Order: sequence, then structure tokens, then C-alpha cells
Amino acid sequence: MALKTEEMILNMGPQHPSTHGVLRLELELEGEIIVGAKPHIGYLHRCFEKHCEAMSYPQVTPYTDRMDYLASMYNEFGYALAVEKLLGIQVPERVEYIRVIMGEFQRIASHLVAIGTYGLDIGAMTPFLYCFRDREKILSLFEQTCGARLLYNYIWVGGLSHDLHPDFLIQARDFIKYFRPKIKELNDLLTNNKIFIDRTANVGILPLDLAINYGISGPNLRASGFKWDIRKDDAYSVYNKFDFDIPVGKGTMGTVGDCWDRYYIRILEMEESLKIIEQAIEQIPEGDVTSAIPKRIKPAVGQVYSRVENPRGELGYFIISDGSVNPFRVKVKGPSFVHLGIMNELLKGYMIADVIAILGSIDIVLGEVDR
Amino acid sequence: MKTTEEIFEILKTNFGESILELVTAAPVEKFIRINQLEVDKVCQFLRDSQELLFDSLMNLSGVDDANGKKTAADNGDQIISGGTLSVYYHLESTKYRHKLVLKVSAEREKPDVVSVANVWRHADWHEREAYDLFGINFLNHPDLRRILMPYDWDAGYPLRKDYKNPEFYQGMKVPY
Amino acid sequence: MIYDFFFKITGSNIIASIIQSLLPLFIFILPFALFAVWLERKVSAHMQDRLGPMRVGKHGWLQTIADILKLVQKEDIVPNEADKPLFNIAPVLVFVGSYAVFAAIPFSGAFIGSNIDLGIIFIIAASGFVVAGILMAGWASNNKYSLLGAMRSAAQIISYEIPTVLVVLTIIMITGTTNLFTLSEMQTGHFWNWMIFGGPNFGVAKFIFIPFMIMNFIIIYISTLAEVNRTPFDIPEAESELVSGYHTEYSGMKFAMFFLAEYANMFAVSAIVTALFFGGYQSPVGYLGNLFGAHWLIPIEQFFWFTAKGIFFVFVQMWLRWTLPRLRVDQLMTVCWKYLIPIAFVNLIIIGLITVL
Repeated sequence: MALKTEEMILNMGPQHPSTHGVLRLELELEGEIIVGAKPHIGYLHRCFEKHCEAMSYPQVTPYTDRMDYLASMYNEFGYALAVEKLLGIQVPERVEYIRVIMGEFQRIASHLVAIGTYGLDIGAMTPFLYCFRDREKILSLFEQTCGARLLYNYIWVGGLSHDLHPDFLIQARDFIKYFRPKIKELNDLLTNNKIFIDRTANVGILPLDLAINYGISGPNLRASGFKWDIRKDDAYSVYNKFDFDIPVGKGTMGTVGDCWDRYYIRILEMEESLKIIEQAIEQIPEGDVTSAIPKRIKPAVGQVYSRVENPRGELGYFIISDGSVNPFRVKVKGPSFVHLGIMNELLKGYMIADVIAILGSIDIVLGEVDR
Repeated sequence: MKTTEEIFEILKTNFGESILELVTAAPVEKFIRINQLEVDKVCQFLRDSQELLFDSLMNLSGVDDANGKKTAADNGDQIISGGTLSVYYHLESTKYRHKLVLKVSAEREKPDVVSVANVWRHADWHEREAYDLFGINFLNHPDLRRILMPYDWDAGYPLRKDYKNPEFYQGMKVPY
Repeated sequence: MIYDFFFKITGSNIIASIIQSLLPLFIFILPFALFAVWLERKVSAHMQDRLGPMRVGKHGWLQTIADILKLVQKEDIVPNEADKPLFNIAPVLVFVGSYAVFAAIPFSGAFIGSNIDLGIIFIIAASGFVVAGILMAGWASNNKYSLLGAMRSAAQIISYEIPTVLVVLTIIMITGTTNLFTLSEMQTGHFWNWMIFGGPNFGVAKFIFIPFMIMNFIIIYISTLAEVNRTPFDIPEAESELVSGYHTEYSGMKFAMFFLAEYANMFAVSAIVTALFFGGYQSPVGYLGNLFGAHWLIPIEQFFWFTAKGIFFVFVQMWLRWTLPRLRVDQLMTVCWKYLIPIAFVNLIIIGLITVL
């Protein structure tokens, strides 16, 4: 008679050092192997969508910051683009360039957090502090521009709240010169470290057709081998004026679409963002950033779905207007929400230590999952 | 790359009665209205047909149309009766780069829509969210339960226009 | 030796031996554990481009004392469903296991806690207490995470004792003694007489030994890193996975005991490695006492050299902790069983052959 073994249910509860927020993962284990994973979310639900229906269009902007709090510029960017499409207004070119510069700096800052915390989860505690030290420099650039380090309320519908500080462009150039060698230092510490490769290569492999069917986007989709970037394929703002590359996962250290690929794509993307910022600094024209901000936003009855390339994936805003000053319905499609849906498929067959590696490589932010 | 009108014609030839109308009047997007009980067959066709190949669902959202009769209940709250709840689907093809918007409407009193979770696994969690916040019942969904609200929230569906917060939830006072 | 010194003063066997056995504990090891905590915080801080504790005392050297004071007056929380006798005994066992090994370690030419002939075998046996203590802590906490951490830790420590013992066997074969004191005395002279450079007997065998000795040193250093649960082998206390592993549920003074035991353990294994390979308390360059003719100076110098070498190896352990990521459980076992043990076996055979011939 065979020995009857029970499956153990392990709760990686809402309070856990590694789940990047309040996420509850219910794991069914057989020994150390996972046979099922159920994510439970909703701990950070702050009713963003219901709030939007009670506020006017400009009042929604600070609330969009707080969804994905590690990439606030992009949340505001996406919202401003969606409402401008609905209104049919055109913003001055200087505004577009500044938005792009801010967005790309925000991308670097967000990827630094992702890489630093990923190293911390795997056990390498020092790169975390190096990443945060470099991120502080970016955040002080932001503070100089709009007064806030993390939640900006800077990109308004129709323009920006403040123009750039006179020293901003010089300091941006200095930062780029300072940061390029730091990427190489990060590569030496983590990327080519044998222990790190053993922990992340061939772990959490995401096949491409599964990824597209589940709606995965951003660096996770690119790591599975698909060259898809909304900045190039559905170009918004002035991204079509810049020359940059889209890094794609090649399975250098293991299989295409494993955790190492997802991590390495983020490092390569930081390099590409530096290129975009350099070109934007060269090309930026003069202009007035507040000239196109409408006095009163009252779009015609209609709807729009507009999307931008968040550091985490495709951030989509679906806005329905009924002709009044308040939006009728704002639905935000956050990439982290979508990526959590694939956890059950992705975790089957791996061990508990791999859960942390896989969860860290997907790079979720609970603020965006729960809104 | 196909336009919405061309796709409308293709769908009309294949599905006839289920395709209701093509709405082009309002800005910015045009959308096609579909019968709520046939939407999974239409979506399966849209995904698998070689000239359309809509293999990616960009977004799925529930909307409270608030187009019913607004009456005042005994305690002064506003109740909407009649009217519809809708679901919007935004589709995209990664190969041909064309996009499509579908709309499905269901009665407010009995909002049944067939689930497309078997066509695009992406729809799974979005439909759970639409069920949680609007009460739209998705037929044939693999695991329909609340996702953002607590699992035992019995005070209604928060994003409906006539929703009012309950006084107490499990002994805790809700409005503060 | 110090025992005779105390015997002359007090005239009683028992009091002299009690004082002698308590000396290393209070004068050296407890202060060292406090110092090691401060050292770890400063080393980690400077490696991470920050400063570490700076306010409590100059450059924060009083920080550990402040921490211990805080831990002593904390509430002692015992989980409701925990197994109380086991829960309370576990930290004691771990503490005892870590401190008992200092009895057989020679601190200087004039002092060794207990000059037993079984030296190194006693040390390996006494450190087995730690495994029992860890398993008790994990089980009695009534917490799935603690249990997982404790089982992983027990498997890890037991597996890595095998390469340690194999390397120790090679040293025993070359020198013919298990007494650490005699071993240290054998490595007298200058640094080329240390075991890592082939041992004190000059000859062809000495030079053949050198590569094997270096390999042995690396094997034993890695194995003892695993025995003390330090990164890259710190799965049992992996903060980001299991919160704190087997000592999650402990608070207050019991947690302090786990904490201090870990640093004492680190020094113990560093001391063993220096005694086996790097000449114990012998100086690499000769003694100032010999130079000036003051022979009473020599034991003090030896003590200084011993401490310096021990602290250097502790520093290397800390350096490794803050640089490398963590190995997964199965990879950890692979390293031990598939790489370290075969290499250690081969070394044993080759050195045995050379010794015989």
C-alpha cells in the first residue's frame, strides 16, 4: 500500500519581505515542489476608478501617480495622452520633449529598483544599495524640477506644471556620464556572477505563445523573444524622432524567457534610455509649457483607449466621457495586474526558493495591481 | 491592416444576427456591438481567422451605462432600474497591427455575458474584476469570484452608479 | 601554564580549574562577540557605500552594548502552541555548542583551556550540539517557516561536516597528532613552517604537499562557512524567503543567545582553520621577546598573533557575505556531495600515499 502524503499549503502572507507589497500567495507544496499557486490581491485597493467619477479631469492627475508609485511620471503621461486624444488638442513640442526626458529618467529609476530588489531577494545585499544611491541622483533631478521625489503631479493634461530648471540639462548630461560606468559595475557584481546565474537561468521559463495569450507586455514579453515595444510599434509623443534599439531575450545563459533574460533586458533597457535622453537633450526646442493647458476640460461624448510603455509593460487608460467635467468611466489596465494572472502557470514545478526568483523577475508593484 | 468597417463586413457575413451594429458617431473610437451570448464564438473566430489574427486582448472593462430610469428609494438613495451594463473589448493583432473595439450590453437586472477566458487567458482576471465591481455574470468562466473586494463582501457592486456603502462590514464601521 | 599560575595563587585544584575555564569565556569570547557585531556592521556599511553606526560612542563602537541592553529588557514572547521545554532549551544548546569548542583551542603558548589529546575530535563532536539545538528551535516554534528553516539547516550542517573531517584527517596523517596545542607547537619558526606551506619537516614531501594543502584549506574554509550558516550558505536564515528561519519566533534574551552564538561560532571555525593551516599562535616573523631577551613577552605576542589571524578570517567571512548571492538548497547540497567530498577524498588518498612513501 502506497504511503499517503498530503499536500502542504504554505501561505506567503500579505506581510512578507519579498513579495514587493501586500500580496498573498497561497502555494500548494509537495515537499519543496510547487503544484499550484493562487495569488490573492486586493489588500491595496484604494478605489481609484470610483474616485475618478467624482473629480474633474485635472483633479485626477495626482491620483494616477499613486497607482504605480515607482513610475509615477509614466502614469501621468498615459493619462494626459488619453485625455488629450479625447479632447483633440495638440501640445507644444517642448512639452513633448520634456515628457520624454522625464519618462526615460523614470524608466531608469524604476529599473534600478527592480534590479536592486531582485538582487536582494536572491541574497546579494550590496547591489541594492548601489542601485538606490544612483536612483537618488535621479530623484534629486526630479525634486529640482517639480518639488517632489516620488509622486510628482507634474505632467498635466495639455502641458506641464513647471518648466525645466535652467541647470537641468547640464545636470542631466553629468548624470549620464556618471551612470554609464555604473551599469558596467552592476554587470560585474550581479549579471555575470555564477551563483546568480545558477539561481535564475532556466527558472520560470515563459513560452512566447502563452505570454501573448495571457496579455504579458513590456520587458517580460521581450525576454521571451518577441520584439514588441509600444514606443516603436504604436509610437506616441515624439518617440519616432529618436534612434534606439529594442533589446530582446536570446537565452544567453539558459533558455529564452527565463528569469535571467528578464533581468538582463532591464539592464539593457537602461542603456537604451540613456541614449534616448542624450538625443532628446540635443534636440529640445524652446517654448512655453503651460500655453496649451485648457481652462476647463469638458470633452465631447465619446471614449478612447490609449496606451504607453510603462517600465513594467503596457499601461492602458480607457476613458469614457459623457460630456461633463467629470469622467464617466476611467479604467486603467495596469501591467502588473495582468502579470500576476500568469503566476499559477509560471510557478508549477519549481521549488520555494524559485518562487522568490520568479516573482522578483516579473517586477510587480502592488499599487498598480490593486489600484 | 484592416479597418473597422472591413472587419464589420467580414463578421456580418460569418455571424449574421449576432453582430448588431457598427457605431461610428462618437469620438475617438469606432466599435462594433455584439450579442452578449454569442461573443465567445465571435472572439474565437477573430482570434483564429488567418486574415484577422487578433491574438492579443489589450483590455476588457465593464461599464455601467446608467441609461435606466432613475428613481428615489424610500431613504432618499437613488436607484437605477432598467438600462444596461456593458463590457468593452479592445483587441489587437500583433502580426497585422490592426485594432478593434467590441461592445456587449446586458440587462441590468440579469447581466449575463459569455466569458471569453477560454479564447484569451488574459480575460480571466479582467472578467473577475468586472464581476466584482459591476456584478456582470460571466457564463462558463473557470473561476468566477471577487478579486479586489474581500471575498465575502455582500453589500453590492461598488462601481455601479447607484452603489451606496454599507454601514457595517463584519462589525467594523465602514464610512469614516 | 596559566593553570599552574592559578594553582600557585589559590592552592586549590577546583578553584584554579574553574577560573581557568571561565577565563577565555569572559575575557575573550564575549567581548569578541560584541566586537564582531560592530565589525560586521561597519564592514557591511563601508562595502555598501554608507557609514554604519556612528553616534553611540566614537564611530559607534558602543552600539553593540546598547543593543544587548535593549535585548535584555525585552519581553520574552513564547508562542501559545509552542512546545515550552524544547523552546526554552534550544537557544541554550546552540550557545553551548558554539562556546564549548573554545576549550580545546590554543590561544597562546601558555594558555589552552584544556590540553586534551583528542583536541580536534572533541571540537567536531561538540559542534554537533548546534544541530540538535537548531532542530529543537525549528520544531518547538510551531511555525511552518521555522520548521523548513531548521530542517534545511540540519541537512546543511551534517552534510558539510564530512569534508571538514576529511580535511582534518589529512592533517592528522601528516602530523600524527590530534592535539591542537602540539600541532601549533610543531609549526614554530617562521611562516614557511606553517602547514599550508607543507609543514615543518623540510624535504621533497614538503613541496609536493603545497598544492594539496592549499586545496585542503579552500575546502575546509568553504565547509566551515556552511557550518556557521553564512552566505552564500545562509538558507536557514534567508531573510527574504523564510523571514528568519529557525529563530523567527524568538525574542529578547533568547534571540541574543542565537545571535552571539553565531559570531562565536564564526570565530571558532576561523580559529580552527588558523590552528590547522596557518600556525595557530605562531608569529610569521619571529618574536620581539626573543629580540629583546624578555621571554615573558612571548606568550602575549603569540596571543596577539592568534587573535589577528582569527579576526582576518572572520573579516573574509564577512566580506564574502556582503558580496555573494545565496545558493539554493539543492545547489548547496550538490556543491557538498558532488564537488567537495570527492575532491577531499582524492586529496586524502594522495597525501596518505605520500606520507607513507
